[in-house]
Amino acid sequence: MVTPLPLPVRFADAARTTLAVPGSEEADSRRRRAEAVAELPDWEELRHAGEELRDRTLRHLDTLLETLEAAVVRAGGTVHWARDAAEARRIVTRLASAAGGGGAVELPSPLTRRIDAAGALAAAGITLHRAGGPARERLLDAALAVSGARFLVAETGTVVAFEPDGDARMCLTLPRTLITVAGIEQVVPRLRDLEVLLQLLPRSAGERMSPYVTMWTGVTPDDGPREFHLVLLDDGRTAALSDGTGRTALRCVGCEACLRVCPVYKRVGDDPYGELPGPIGAILTPQLRGIEAAHEASLPFASTLCGACADVCPVRIDIPDVLVHLRARVVESRRRHPVPTPELALMRAAAWTMGDRWRYERALARATRWGGLLPGGLLRRLPVLPLLLGRWTDARDLPALPDRSFRDWWKARR
Amino acid sequence: MNAREEILHRVREALGADRGGGFPAPSGRVRRTDGRASGQGELAALFAERAAEHAGGGTAVRHVGADGLGTAVAAALWARGAGRIAVPADLPFGWLAALRGVEALADAPPLEPDELAGVDGTVTGCALAVAETGTVVLDGGGTQGRRALTLVPGYHLCVVRAEQIVATVPEAVGRLAPGRPLTWISGRPADGAGARVLELLIVEE
Amino acid sequence: MRVALFVSCVNDALQPRTGRAVVRLLERLGHEVVFEPAQTCCGQMHWTTGYHREAAGLAARFAGVFGRHEAVVTPSASCAATVRAVHPRLTGGAPPPVYELTEFLVDVLGVTDVGACYPRKVVYQPTCHSLRATRLGDRPLRLLRAVRGLEFAELPDAEECCGFGGAFALKNADTSVALGADKVRHVRGTGAEVVCAVDDSCLAHIGGMLSRLRTGVRAVHLAQILAATGSGGEGEEW
Repeated sequence: MVTPLPLPVRFADAARTTLAVPGSEEADSRRRRAEAVAELPDWEELRHAGEELRDRTLRHLDTLLETLEAAVVRAGGTVHWARDAAEARRIVTRLASAAGGGGAVELPSPLTRRIDAAGALAAAGITLHRAGGPARERLLDAALAVSGARFLVAETGTVVAFEPDGDARMCLTLPRTLITVAGIEQVVPRLRDLEVLLQLLPRSAGERMSPYVTMWTGVTPDDGPREFHLVLLDDGRTAALSDGTGRTALRCVGCEACLRVCPVYKRVGDDPYGELPGPIGAILTPQLRGIEAAHEASLPFASTLCGACADVCPVRIDIPDVLVHLRARVVESRRRHPVPTPELALMRAAAWTMGDRWRYERALARATRWGGLLPGGLLRRLPVLPLLLGRWTDARDLPALPDRSFRDWWKARR
Repeated sequence: MNAREEILHRVREALGADRGGGFPAPSGRVRRTDGRASGQGELAALFAERAAEHAGGGTAVRHVGADGLGTAVAAALWARGAGRIAVPADLPFGWLAALRGVEALADAPPLEPDELAGVDGTVTGCALAVAETGTVVLDGGGTQGRRALTLVPGYHLCVVRAEQIVATVPEAVGRLAPGRPLTWISGRPADGAGARVLELLIVEE
Repeated sequence: MRVALFVSCVNDALQPRTGRAVVRLLERLGHEVVFEPAQTCCGQMHWTTGYHREAAGLAARFAGVFGRHEAVVTPSASCAATVRAVHPRLTGGAPPPVYELTEFLVDVLGVTDVGACYPRKVVYQPTCHSLRATRLGDRPLRLLRAVRGLEFAELPDAEECCGFGGAFALKNADTSVALGADKVRHVRGTGAEVVCAVDDSCLAHIGGMLSRLRTGVRAVHLAQILAATGSGGEGEEW
């Protein structure tokens, strides 16, 4: 198994079982973000700069990756390219075997989990310890570390990691060999560009600065690992890049501000989203993994489109807009089905009714029951309608139906 | 096609007409200075205030004059009950001149990890500090030593000269030495095996 | 001033009292209201659910119906946002000049005291599209605060989504109801008799839950409050 959990279930079905009451720490983290952001007089300007920087990076991605590779090699590191998670896993296994004996540590990140680095090393007979907890001795002895990273600076080959705790720094510094796995979109052009990201990212996470930020460039004599390997992972990113609207999701810098303000995420937690939680997961996962499976196809609909995420995103990803865009991609892919889905039939019928005054008025006149907006007989042909109605009336009353429509009142009034 | 060629090919295909080509031009729309704190004394005060406010209990900050540094270092180590410390080999002699009953191990030749794990703390300088975030930045240059030195021991006493403090993150980034291993420390994390105590001495003339 | 009313399909069919209130209010303020009988739907539901071909047809139709009007007023922040932000992308042209009701009152007519009287305890729910799509700011509150007899209560966590979300209410009914329950709890906590908003679809969700729980708290469109004069006449029912 390469992928930890491509869920077979639709978001709604998973969410039903994970609904919970958000704790007070949710509100605290939102307050901390608001305070950290309010402190910078040029926050909005910074967000624009972040958006521009990330978009520019994506448009020049091929050149930047080549520049990055050359810089890492110049600094004494090695670069590996992986088309997908399985290839990255094979690379990590091979490098770990070559690194020889001694323990290994993992600094967990979404990518090390995605490629299942722990499983890969276990298969190679190497025990991998997750950093965290009372693992200090293991950290001191480890010969090999596998980590994620936040940014890769093309110009200098510098890798930047933001660390929530002190273990991370030990993983990155003490072992003889360091293998870092990063997505191709994580590159930034220049060291100077970090001036934007080092403000946007920590403050979006509710801090003036993360407790530790570590930056390393290849290998440094007598300081840190003797061997450094950078694994650059595509794994669906170029597929996302090919969609002009969907591509903006690749701006993400991983601050998780969108998670903390999302009313849906706060109630259902990580699990229903599968690989990547929250609003950003709902727009990234379907693009990275495709929308053929029911789980991925359900993710763009896992939002009320309330827009709170877009307001806080430090790189101004218009998440609701991308959600709607991906909904359209799901709908378009289903239009080709030989038998139209009930929803498609319903929406077509509604549009057909709304497309003409007389059809619309006839439907209104028949509106003695819900579903009256649809042409006659549709209720009988579409047994899905009572089902949809049931999903509404399960916990909500229907408004009392009026005696007459607005337009009938208007006509009578003249 | 090998993986490298294929990924680069996919990127170019995906971008199509949107592809920039070449190395992108730099952006110019970021604040470089903070109008609020300008003088060195104000910067030192802001830095001390922000460093003391970090989550996880904040960082103890003391202000000392240049002639009081040796005494302040000795007092801080005495307060910690430190008997053995590890220090960069190039630490100025005066910083440790007032130590009594504290064994200072110079990190030359490099101490083994278990030797580092056995000391009570470390004393270093820094490359620069950022006032608005209360951050000290180490780059492995003079008075700082290699990364392991400030990483393994549980206590880190860091000396910041007032003139090393810049106001904002952009100013700090502008002064970074490319290629050096950099560590930005802003308070200490709440947990983890590597959670260390940081204390700061700000040296003002 | 001559104003075209876009009542919205939801209000036309299900909440005609909102449209009637807008007419009464604008006429009381001395303006002429016209109703284009060819109007149907702005296509919002099709757009947000991903049926963009169908939405494009409805957007084009909307432009044809309202294109020649100087000002179109709608009592729906989400429909106003759809016409403004989405229609240009679907039709490639500038959309008709659509104003959400409170924008029209405050920005175009320059009034905040519309002469209303509504002696009830009221909370205001700023719907997501009124907050973040049409960016109404405090316009609805300024109008509400000028209503005579009205006792205004602050709604805790007011800016949290109520959980309606259009198709979300059906596709993710459990989560939708959970969020709605939070909203209901906050409304109940204020002791208000009435919760008002500028989107009837969100109100149908909140009101549907308030009604199911037999709370007696009414969900009422802001237009009805602004139209009320305390006379007890037609449309003064709540």
